Amino acid sequence: MNDAASPWAAEPLVEVRGLTKEFELARSVGARLLRAPRRLVRAVNDASFSIARGETLGLIGESGCGKSTVARLLLRLHEPTRGQVMFDGIDITTLAGADLMQFRRHMQIMFQDPYASLNPRKTVEQIVAAPLMLHERLSRPEARARVADFIGRVGLQSSQLQRYPHQFSGGQRQRIGIARALILKPEFVVCDEPVSALDVSIQAQIIDLLLSLKSELGLTYLFISHDLAVVGYLSDRIAVMYLGEIVETAPTRALLESPAHPYTQALLSAIPRLERGQQRSRIRLTGDLPSPLAPPAGCKFHTRCPAAMAICRRQAPALTSLGVGRRVACHLHREAK
Amino acid sequence: MHSIPAFTTEALRPTVAGADALLSIRGLAVRFATRSGMVTAVDGVDLDVYPGECLGLVGESGSGKSVTFLAVMGLIRPPGRVCEGNIRFRGRDLLALGDAERRALRGRDIAMTLQDALTALNPAFTVASQIVEVLLAHDRADSRAQARSQAIELMRLVGIPAAGQRLDDYPHQFSGGMRQRIMVAIALACRPQLLIADEPTTALDVTIQAQVLELIASLRAKLGMSVVLITHNLGVVAEYCDRVAVMYAGQIVETGPTADVIEAPRHPYTQGLLQSIPRLDRHGERIRPIQGALPDLSRLGEICRFEPRCSLRTAACRTRIPMFYVGPQRLARCIRVHDVDT
Repeated sequence: MNDAASPWAAEPLVEVRGLTKEFELARSVGARLLRAPRRLVRAVNDASFSIARGETLGLIGESGCGKSTVARLLLRLHEPTRGQVMFDGIDITTLAGADLMQFRRHMQIMFQDPYASLNPRKTVEQIVAAPLMLHERLSRPEARARVADFIGRVGLQSSQLQRYPHQFSGGQRQRIGIARALILKPEFVVCDEPVSALDVSIQAQIIDLLLSLKSELGLTYLFISHDLAVVGYLSDRIAVMYLGEIVETAPTRALLESPAHPYTQALLSAIPRLERGQQRSRIRLTGDLPSPLAPPAGCKFHTRCPAAMAICRRQAPALTSLGVGRRVACHLHREAK
Repeated sequence: MHSIPAFTTEALRPTVAGADALLSIRGLAVRFATRSGMVTAVDGVDLDVYPGECLGLVGESGSGKSVTFLAVMGLIRPPGRVCEGNIRFRGRDLLALGDAERRALRGRDIAMTLQDALTALNPAFTVASQIVEVLLAHDRADSRAQARSQAIELMRLVGIPAAGQRLDDYPHQFSGGMRQRIMVAIALACRPQLLIADEPTTALDVTIQAQVLELIASLRAKLGMSVVLITHNLGVVAEYCDRVAVMYAGQIVETGPTADVIEAPRHPYTQGLLQSIPRLDRHGERIRPIQGALPDLSRLGEICRFEPRCSLRTAACRTRIPMFYVGPQRLARCIRVHDVDT
């Protein structure tokens, strides 16, 4: 959207280096008694990217590719196995106690499911005021005044504050979640599929709201979605993930117009489009996503890649720069450097 | 404004010249008794499906698109009730049929796949037994062994790799895309003339979604059946459907050939939907959301359902609006069809 901003020239607000997260799979009692080896699933593998202040980075990928794990690692809702997350120059992976608490108020998250992410026993006012009570230690009347002041910005009325989440529609609940995430005026907000569960007409309202709040409050977004059209609309740059790895990052327009990685190309061609007559040759991906428990050797995409070569089966391609702001992990582009 | 004559769907010529409708729905009303009163989920729906065509039925949640076709399948259960209208399949009035006749028709002539394949398939039975059950129930096979070999054939048809070995797997052992394919295999077991696919791809990733839709399209061509694709995704309709019907709050508000409707919508709701979708081909163009929310279906008056959210509303909209003829094979439920700016 904001082509005027030149994100890669600005200083990064968030910088991620070699971020890796492994989860241990549950073992049965028998397996533990027999001291069977621990089984690990690597949800995120060596991810590196940065987000400039005021920028929106879109993170796209299919289910299970690790995009939500990346989001939670950035907020330290998960502890990384390896790697660093720099926020405003500070490595937050080493913070603890009061320092960590202090930093948390600058980073917030919006969730996908507007039904599961709000406490059904609390009123809207209690839900939205909770971050204020926690971080600013406001008294109840002070918090109440701030909430009443803020709730209008997300398109709700202060007369609705005493109601409970079940009395609202999905779109309105998402507005409550947005108010809760933004009431502390954070610098950085992770939007984890905030419009995926909504109907088309409501989705458009929430997208519009997220854009206007971003400019109003000067926010920086990491916008996660599986919907490339929505990500393309909201983001300055896009990062594409496949099986735990970032395979391509590029400015939005460049990525949409000339995707470099075969997976990005397939993803773009799979989207059903409204425009007629445009004879697109659809790139068919055969097969399903491989299991993250047993990822393929070499390039993880080679089992479904229409352009797979011999080297792809043996060696994982490194993320290489392809000109301004674009990086691709694919053997096809090895020489292009 | 009222100079445009109101047409009923009867006046519409079929898409396929000379062919009569395979399925014809007239004045269908389905109501549910709830604690907050009677909810009219489907209100006066007229719809035709012609032989060999793919009809897209688009709408947001609660618009009545699934309920319309659950009524066609005879699957509306109390507190829901089909209150008015008739449903004709090859000329036979389905609502006049007894339970046994209805059951014989279901699966054999008209089949439906449901959105959530994991809950629609029985987790306690292998996929083989679920396909075989359909074949035996409709006397499509003489013996279990014969039915099993037909089941393998069907699984091959829908593109399940190593169908022979996977026959005795349970639904949870398949991925989401494969489960959806198994549902299609069950639906196609008796070679129905009409396949109703209810949100076949909503729960699937985009690359898998394309695979399932292409499968349905190629099977339609191969088997010569008609398909109704129920979806909320206008892009899916644009790529796979010949005609489209748009539903809003229980009513059909616009019908017509897909390309025409998408290019020049004549109902403000259709137009609003189209302007709500971010377009990859028009990078930088702003979306224009429809304001407001869907109406409460238990408190509907005799007014245009879209009136509260419509930017073109006038005092004249506060009455029951019929469908108007707005072009070849096109109808729209709006008195201001000529003012919809496209």
